Amino acid sequence: MDADTMQTVAPIEIAQPREAPLSASGREAVFVTRGLTVSYGKAPAVSNVDLSIYRNLVTAIIGPSGCGKSTFLRSLNRMNDLIPAAKVEGEVHYHGQNIYGDGVDPVEVRRRIGMVFQKPNPFPKSIYDNVAWGLRVLGMKDDLDSRIERALTQAALWDEVKDRLKKGAFGLSGGQQQRLCIARAIAVEPDVVLLDEPASALDPIATSKIEDLMHELKNEYTLVIVTHNMQQAARVADMTAFFTLERTESGGHGVLVEYDETPKIFTQPSDKRTEGYVTGRFG
Amino acid sequence: MSARVSAVPSTTAPSLSSRRRLGDRLGDGALHGLTAAAAAAAAALLIAIAWKIFDVAHPAISKYGFGFLTHQGWDVARNKFAALDFIWGTAVTSFAALLIATPVSIAIGLYLSELAPRGARTVIASLVELLAAIPSVVLGLWGILVLGPFVGQDLEPWLHRHLGFIPLFSGTPENAGILVAILVLTIMVVPIISSICRELFVGVPTELEEGALALGATRWEMVRGVILPYTRSGVAAAVILGFGRAIGEAIAVTQVMGAGHGIHWSLFATGDTLASRIAEQYAGAAGLQVASLVYLAAILLVISLLVNLAARLIERRFTYQRTGGS
Repeated sequence: MDADTMQTVAPIEIAQPREAPLSASGREAVFVTRGLTVSYGKAPAVSNVDLSIYRNLVTAIIGPSGCGKSTFLRSLNRMNDLIPAAKVEGEVHYHGQNIYGDGVDPVEVRRRIGMVFQKPNPFPKSIYDNVAWGLRVLGMKDDLDSRIERALTQAALWDEVKDRLKKGAFGLSGGQQQRLCIARAIAVEPDVVLLDEPASALDPIATSKIEDLMHELKNEYTLVIVTHNMQQAARVADMTAFFTLERTESGGHGVLVEYDETPKIFTQPSDKRTEGYVTGRFG
Repeated sequence: MSARVSAVPSTTAPSLSSRRRLGDRLGDGALHGLTAAAAAAAAALLIAIAWKIFDVAHPAISKYGFGFLTHQGWDVARNKFAALDFIWGTAVTSFAALLIATPVSIAIGLYLSELAPRGARTVIASLVELLAAIPSVVLGLWGILVLGPFVGQDLEPWLHRHLGFIPLFSGTPENAGILVAILVLTIMVVPIISSICRELFVGVPTELEEGALALGATRWEMVRGVILPYTRSGVAAAVILGFGRAIGEAIAVTQVMGAGHGIHWSLFATGDTLASRIAEQYAGAAGLQVASLVYLAAILLVISLLVNLAARLIERRFTYQRTGGS
């Protein structure tokens, strides 16, 4: 049902019509970061970020290469823990609780805050088992089949794969694999889905499918997307944060320059650096 | 060709004939010839060895035929020989060694690739690999001096007391025997299997591991659900390579297995493998005994080649899987 309506959506134009004027301030903040600095070894990759991310919105993080946008994203579900030299300072409050506080289990954090990566990374298993694996691991084994159908439908993939669920996931195209990864992430019913340049390895048609999907998914989830594609941010995001690389003697580190509603970032940015980036003069 | 080229005025056309020195030009051909000869020599040597083994074994092969493989007994005085005792000994020691070594090696591989502190990884990995560098005769001596007495006086009595109802642990404890040989072989194959496993686990794409962890899986769930399935056939190939090492080991097994006869269920009994029997008896053998010992060698050669081939086939399947097959 969802899938059908989404298939018929016209090709994406820049600046989709928005419903009501957006008021982020009235919404519940899912994440509030305070003075967040992530370093690899001694060099900070991103420094002193204060940012609030609101519920059921798509928040885009844009900026030039090396500005620490992926690093910032990965600090929101403690994926940086896996990089041995990474060090996090400051606080990331998730529904009021600091996820870097004492007694917080990163496994529990990641269970609620899912992630989709730049390169589609399905497991070397069947399509069915790719979605089922997380459900089984988390003990959500009741009604497995219908959970899997729901997740694949939400990811706009069900119609394409319903007759080949037991086939290997590597047989899918890149775009299908990425939607499978999205299905895998939402099957375990997270609260937030982080997307790290989810369409950068995909062709334009697959990209537009992923973007359509984000409009649907924000009704149920809070989405944060890192993208190097400004048009993509303009198309999908309600709020946009612009990061840039601040050069210092020892190299440079990422900083948050400006964060606002997407139309404002793209039409009336208040910082010259943002303006330079969105108008293509820099980056 | 030179005639046509020289018909063109040489002042305008660039000369395309080689300006290199003669030695350089010959070098190309020489390189090709030498490398081809080296490769051919290796292949020829394999064939020559196999041919000679079957040639020397011929008297025993024509006398006993395949019955040699299925009969017991090795009686030098009555000039009667058969291989089943040693095939049994080889199979029991190798399989049991792998049974112990495989889980231990996978554990070592996982620890070194996923869990150990980063700084310690390479150090521990090199130490484990150094274990493989111990000459087998030295390991055999250690087996005689330390492991044998420990097994005969502590381990076997303990097993006998608590698990004696199992036929494997019945019988009289001995300082030399099948169990000591199994343990020595285990020590020999663990470094081989664990270092291959470590490399396989390290080679699992980070994206896959992150994909699992991002779903809220624990490390153990990630290992079980992603790393082990992804490396399954590679690990199988590593185990088979370890098997090849275990069945071929002669010296250390000779030192600790006690040169026994017969087929026993008890791991405490002495025994012999194909390789260790050859090592023990060849020097003093004559006549049909020599042919029979070489027949044992032929059996060993065929098994080893088959094992190696199997490992290769599995490895190829593994590569295919990783590059997109399902």
